[in-house]
Amino acid sequence: MPELAMTVNKQKVTGVVEGRTLLVEFLRNSLGLTGTHIGCDTSQCGACVVSIDGKSVKSCTMLALQAAGADVTTIEGLAGPDGALHPMQAMFREHHALQCGFCTPGMVMSAIDLVQTHPDGLTEDEIRHGLEGNLCRCTGYHNIVAAIAAAWPLMHSAAE
Amino acid sequence: MYDFEYLRPKQMDEAVRALAAEGDPKALAGGMTFIPVLKQRLNKPSAIVDLASLGLSGISLAGEILKIGAMTTHGEIAASSTVKNAFPALASMAGNIGDRQVRYRGTIGGSLANNDPSACYPAAVLATGASIVTDRRTIPAEEFFQGMFTTDLAADELITEIHFPVPERAAYAKFPNPASHYAMVGVFVAKTADGARVAVTGAGQNGVFRHQAMEDALAKSFDPQALQGVMTPVELMSSDIHGSAAYRAHLVGVMAMRAVAAAIR
Repeated sequence: MPELAMTVNKQKVTGVVEGRTLLVEFLRNSLGLTGTHIGCDTSQCGACVVSIDGKSVKSCTMLALQAAGADVTTIEGLAGPDGALHPMQAMFREHHALQCGFCTPGMVMSAIDLVQTHPDGLTEDEIRHGLEGNLCRCTGYHNIVAAIAAAWPLMHSAAE
Repeated sequence: MYDFEYLRPKQMDEAVRALAAEGDPKALAGGMTFIPVLKQRLNKPSAIVDLASLGLSGISLAGEILKIGAMTTHGEIAASSTVKNAFPALASMAGNIGDRQVRYRGTIGGSLANNDPSACYPAAVLATGASIVTDRRTIPAEEFFQGMFTTDLAADELITEIHFPVPERAAYAKFPNPASHYAMVGVFVAKTADGARVAVTGAGQNGVFRHQAMEDALAKSFDPQALQGVMTPVELMSSDIHGSAAYRAHLVGVMAMRAVAAAIR
């Protein structure tokens, strides 16, 4: 079976997979990183979103071997070494942007990408459209949108 | 998903050879359609040939021809200043395909090779009279699309580039299915040196098609009002749980008028 190597949450990892192994299966089953969820398994819900080379990607719709050599960040890789939450995680908590929490890892990963790719500002409309790839069955999205808007200045001031 | 051998060739001839092998091997571009198809076990290839390392992505403008590499993603096309300046209708169309995550992975070449009857790119290619360049020849848009999920490509033939003649004016109007974001009806209109061209996706029983009656009307006057009363044959429209043939035929007229209005704005 093919071997692969990639960087996950700043650590070099290797593994043996099948051709058909999905990235999300490699992350959850081989690496034990179960924060990345499998919701619909049909590319629609976005619970499996991770960052690959800085871009938010649905890890249920990518083969593990396609990510060979890539730099992957999952929800587990966001908090600081001291456990300090990423600003996006902190704002999701602050604004009560989750209820059951199932969609939250994917929401947070997509939201970080959305904020990072809008350095000049992010309107409510852009946030709502930017979340088209993530479904939430509980919140009605309103608090998620508020959390992302609140995280924008924190993330951009931290980058300066 | 059935298991398969995963290959990632670095040379085109290697990729073509792998695709010509026994066992129905298949090419993988962005995988946004193909991986879900594999998961549903609708396909059982012996090998998957990943095109990611062939150097097929990139955008350039050569005179009046916009050249886009087959592995260029929707997101790259939407964000490209070259596309936005030369052919803004294409950039805007690409930016409204699927969702952000799909646009990071999905490619123009993959979409065209799949020829989903509801995909957006076929309308842009047919409306501008673009050419599909493959590893062995150049195929005009009219010959490329052969009906639903069917193209003129051979089983081992790979798209390398798409060449769009830059239109004088163009716009795309899509009525998206709210769940899938695919076009229930999408109409691409282009005003070119040779006249007006109208291509419709999402609506026809046989995939993307040119709307001759609308082209004739727009040749007289490139204005939304010119399309008033131009009929779309209901018997040629598709019908499903999302909309009847009559509904789609009506939407074709509405979307075409919106597209022309946007093109002359």
